[in-house]
Amino acid sequence: MLLELDDVRRSFGGLRAVDGVRFQVGAGEVHGLIGPNGAGKTTLLNLVSGLLRPTGGAIAMDGRRIDRLPTHRIAALGVTRTYQNIRLFPALSASDNVLIGAHLRRSDPLWRRMLFLPGVAREEADARAGALALLARVGMEARAGERASNLSYGEQRRVEIARALASGPRVLLLDEPTAGMNPAEVASIAALIRDVARSGQSVLLVEHNVKLVMDVCDRITVLNFGRVIADGAPSAVAADPAVIAAYLGGEA
Amino acid sequence: MSLEALNDLWLTYQSTVAFIGLNGLLALSVYTTLSCGQLSLAQAAFMALGGYTSAILTFHTGLPFAVVLAVATLVPSLVAVPLGLPVLRLKGVFLAIATIGFGEVVRIFFVNWDFTNGALGLTAVPQRTTIWMIYLALAASLFVLWRIRGSRTGYALEAIREDEAAARTMGIHAAAYKLSMLVLGAAFAGLAGALEVHYTFMVAPSTYSFSRVVDMLVYAVVGGSFLFYGPLVGAGFLTLLPEVLRELGPRIGLAPGPLRLFVNGAVLLVVILFLPRGLVSLPDRIRAWRGERRPPRAP
Repeated sequence: MLLELDDVRRSFGGLRAVDGVRFQVGAGEVHGLIGPNGAGKTTLLNLVSGLLRPTGGAIAMDGRRIDRLPTHRIAALGVTRTYQNIRLFPALSASDNVLIGAHLRRSDPLWRRMLFLPGVAREEADARAGALALLARVGMEARAGERASNLSYGEQRRVEIARALASGPRVLLLDEPTAGMNPAEVASIAALIRDVARSGQSVLLVEHNVKLVMDVCDRITVLNFGRVIADGAPSAVAADPAVIAAYLGGEA
Repeated sequence: MSLEALNDLWLTYQSTVAFIGLNGLLALSVYTTLSCGQLSLAQAAFMALGGYTSAILTFHTGLPFAVVLAVATLVPSLVAVPLGLPVLRLKGVFLAIATIGFGEVVRIFFVNWDFTNGALGLTAVPQRTTIWMIYLALAASLFVLWRIRGSRTGYALEAIREDEAAARTMGIHAAAYKLSMLVLGAAFAGLAGALEVHYTFMVAPSTYSFSRVVDMLVYAVVGGSFLFYGPLVGAGFLTLLPEVLRELGPRIGLAPGPLRLFVNGAVLLVVILFLPRGLVSLPDRIRAWRGERRPPRAP
């Protein structure tokens, strides 16, 4: 398995935000993570991406423990993410944001730039072209030069996905990528997620839009109060009485 | 204007020209750490380390001046590593306070060190610095910062300045970049310190007090700390200002000293309120202001 979470726990004082979570994400799989507000979904993404350390349990990529590594090393092993409360670099343009996302894929030693060695300019042009191509993939090429803070909410979310894809991750963590989007935009994000998975990259998707989750996910894990209450194929999860009680509530 | 008059003018203002260069170098040293969002106020201490190192070498060894300058650049950079490793874990105002503390430790060390004549410092340092050396050092520093800007490293620094945690989740080794910039800033400050000591004939702890760092920071803020040449503009402007005020003061019936402090404070206030990106952003602001005033074109 590509990404494995084994009995992952995280407490904040007396609050067990994540309490013994166990699931796996295979290569090219879209894995949904749903649950009511406060269920621990975002905390779990923070644990996987290394912004928080677990207080117990293990997180592994390809069987290798990553939960004690510094954040930038986890990214180098192929885990990148977007944020629920968008964290683009507001003063930089959309394309510069994506260019920074490609940090891990770029190599241009500074001393070569100091000496004006050939090849440096080509590398930079390639990196810029790559960033523009990614912006085109999320439908944002027309706004490439715009300051991130001037973009609309939905546009910022799409640029953030492009930035996360720029490092060529093996696992892409998406934290509510369609929040604040209209149905047409949601459909285009769904198509993008399927496209990413088709190219062999895995997606761990936190989302409140149940229809989107049911549509794109191969497998769903349901959290409530930091614990896994269901795990399986979308149809099985949707029919699970525990899920209906905790999450879908009166709708079922 | 006769050749003689030009020569007189040069003799009157050459130290101003030298100090524009030195202050420019110091402002760049503050900018260097500021470029990744870290406010270090240890720059006067790095300057002191460079200044004292160079004076001791000049007095006690027969090393050529170029070697003296190189060692005086290297010593503060090396000191910056063990300082930066723990201190750069702090953020914002806590980092500023910790680096002020380091600055005071260094200053008080020199006040109490008999070898360098304590609080009186060393005088009669031979004058070895020439103005072209100062401007060569400045040009070299500007070149380095210019080449960093727009490179992969330059973008990583901007990312750290904007949002350090987000930068780390993109694989940017923030701690290493922040330490590198502290070391580079220490090198600039050390070089400026060595050049200044061999220009003013003396080195004393009082030169490296807290107010010196505040001056450097004000150069960077007034000039603009988002572009590498902003601090240079600020240093030039604020070093020239007292010269202008010296002429102006008597005419409006004010002593130059208080007038200088008043105008400096007013300039800082105006820049922070109306030009948060510094003097270098003035052309852009004027353009934006004109654009706003133009009546909207009919469709």
